[in-house]
Amino acid sequence: MITEIRYNRPMTVELSGLRKTFGAVTAVDGIDLRIGDGEFFSMLGPSGSGKTTVLRLIAGFELPTAGTVALDGRDVTRLAPFERDVNTVFQDYALFPHLSVQENVEYGLKVRKVAKRERRERAREALAKVRLEGFGARKPSAMSGGQRQRVALARALVNRPKVLLLDEPLGALDRKLREQMQVELKAIQRDAGITFVFVTHDQDEALTMSDRVAVFDGGRIVQVGTPESVYERPASAFVADFVGSSNVFSGETARTLFRKEGTFSVRPEKIAITDEPAAAPGTVAEVIYAGPVTRYVVDLDAGARVVVVEQNSRTPRALAGLRGQRVRLGWHEEHVIPLPSGKDSAHAS
Amino acid sequence: MTLSPAARWALRAAMALGLTFIYVPLLLVLVNSFNGDRTFAWPPHDLTTRWWAAAWASDGARQALLTSVQAALGATATALLLGTLVAFAVHRFAFFGRDTLSLLIVLPIALPGIVTGIALDSAWRSVMGELGIGKGLLSVVVGHATFCVVTVYNNVLARLRRTGTSLEEASADLGAGPWQTFRYVTFPLIRSALLAGGLLAFALSFDEIIVTTFTAGPGLTTLPLWIFTNLFRPNQAPVVNVVAAVLILLSVLPVWVAQRFGSPTQDANITD
Repeated sequence: MITEIRYNRPMTVELSGLRKTFGAVTAVDGIDLRIGDGEFFSMLGPSGSGKTTVLRLIAGFELPTAGTVALDGRDVTRLAPFERDVNTVFQDYALFPHLSVQENVEYGLKVRKVAKRERRERAREALAKVRLEGFGARKPSAMSGGQRQRVALARALVNRPKVLLLDEPLGALDRKLREQMQVELKAIQRDAGITFVFVTHDQDEALTMSDRVAVFDGGRIVQVGTPESVYERPASAFVADFVGSSNVFSGETARTLFRKEGTFSVRPEKIAITDEPAAAPGTVAEVIYAGPVTRYVVDLDAGARVVVVEQNSRTPRALAGLRGQRVRLGWHEEHVIPLPSGKDSAHAS
Repeated sequence: MTLSPAARWALRAAMALGLTFIYVPLLLVLVNSFNGDRTFAWPPHDLTTRWWAAAWASDGARQALLTSVQAALGATATALLLGTLVAFAVHRFAFFGRDTLSLLIVLPIALPGIVTGIALDSAWRSVMGELGIGKGLLSVVVGHATFCVVTVYNNVLARLRRTGTSLEEASADLGAGPWQTFRYVTFPLIRSALLAGGLLAFALSFDEIIVTTFTAGPGLTTLPLWIFTNLFRPNQAPVVNVVAAVLILLSVLPVWVAQRFGSPTQDANITD
C-alpha cells in the first residue's frame, strides 16, 4: 500500500540502468530505482554489494559506466558534485580539520556566496538542530565521535539540499549512541522534509528508520519495499537470511514439514515450542539465553536444524534442563514463506 | 625496552661523544669569528666584532651572499612548483610508469653531486651553450633544483597520502568548484608541508658546493664557493670564519623551522 502512495509522489532520485565497473570488477550491475520526495530510503546490503557505489554515483563522485542519474526530473549524470543539489554525510565524516565547527558548517554557504550575516545565522540554527549550540569555536579534533557525526549532519543540512545522502553515518558510533542517533535522524528527516538516502549494512538500522528499503547483493537490488514487506515477505533466500535471520527449508525436509515442493523460510520468532500433537518433533540441541529473548536450537526429526526465538515475557522455563529434551515445534501456515529456489534467482524492483 | 644501568651510561656517553664530535667544531667556528687574534689563538684573549665588520665591508663576500640567496630562492621556487605538481600527479592519478617516475624524482638526492655536476656541466655546454645561454645563475638554479625538488615532493606526497581525497570530495559535495576547493581545503592542508619542504630545499641549496662548482661558470660566486677560494689565503682567514658562521646560521635556521612545521604534533591537527 505505502509503496503505491510513494510512487504517486514526485520523484527526487531516479536511477535507470545504472552500471559501474572498476576494471574487471562490476560494482553496480544494472540498477533501476525511483526514490520519492521526502522519503527515507535505505540501501541495505553486505559490504561489496554496491550500495556505497550507488550513493557515490548519485553524489557525482563517480561517473557511471552506463545508465543515468536524474535528480528532480533533471538528468545530472554528467554533472560534477558541486553542480548537484545533494549533500553527503560521509562515513568518516570528512570534517575539515583546519576549520572550526562553525566554519565547517558555514562552508557550503560560503562557497555559494551567501552573505556573512545569513551564513552565521543559518549555521547557528543548524548546530542547534543537532544539539551542538556553543560548540562553534571548537576544532573537530576536540570533539567526540558522536559530536563529529552531528557536525557532519549540520554541515550538510544547512544547505537545505533536496536529497541528503548518508554513507553508513552511524557505523563508527557505539551501540547506545547509535540507537539514539537513529531516533534523532528520523526526527530531523521528518521535520526538514528532505529525502534521505541512507546506506547501511545494519538490518536493524534499515528496518527501524526507513520508509522503504532496497536490499543489495552483488551489485543488484534483490528486493525493494517497506521494512515490513521486506522482512515478512522476503523475495529470496538471501533476503530472508540477510534481513533478520531465517530458517530455510528445502527438498525432502520441506516435503515432510509442509507437504509442498520448494524452498520455504520461517522466521525464528514465528516458531513456537508447543504441546500440539500435530507439531513437528525434534530434540533441543542448544539453549541460548539473551536477556529479552531466549534462542533454542532444535534438531528436527525431519532433518533440519532450526532456530526458535521465544520472548522471555513469562517466568523462564528451566533453561539448561531443556537441552537434549524432546519438543514439538509449531507455526502458522501464513508464516511459511515460499522462496524461489537458489540463492540469487530472485529479482524484484 | 629495559637496559642495565651500565649499558644506559655507555650509550649516553657514546651519544655525547658523537654530538660533541659534530657540534664542537661548528661552535668553534662561531666563537672564532669573534676571536681578536688573527691566528685564532686558543683560548681567545679578547673578543671583537672587527671581523664581522670586515666581512660586511668585503664586496666579494657580500656579492657571494646575495648570489647564494638568489640561487637558493630560485631553486626553492622551482622545487615548490615542480615538486608539488609531481606529488599531485603521483597521488591522484594511476598512470603507466608512476613508480618509475617517483624513483626518478627521488634519485638525484642520492646521486653523487660530482656526477650530477659533471653531467649538468657537459649538458649545459652542449645544449644551452648552442642556444647562446652561458652558465650563470640560471644554470646554478637548475642544478640545485634537481635535488631540491625531492624535499618538496616527499613532504607534499606524504601529506597527501595522509589526508586522502575525502576532504576534497566533501568540499565539492558542499558546492565548491575546483578552484574554491584548492583555495579553502587543499592548499591549507598542504601549506605546512610546503613550508617544511621549501625550507629544507632552501637550506640544501644555500650551502651546496659540488654541483655549484660545475654549474656556476666563470664570474659567479656563491657563498660556499667564496669560502673555498679564500680558505687558503691567510689574511682572509678571519673573514672566512665569519662567512662560515653566517652560512651555518642560515642553513640551520630553515631546518629548525622546517622541523617544527613538519613535526607530528602539528600533523595531528591536520589528519585528525
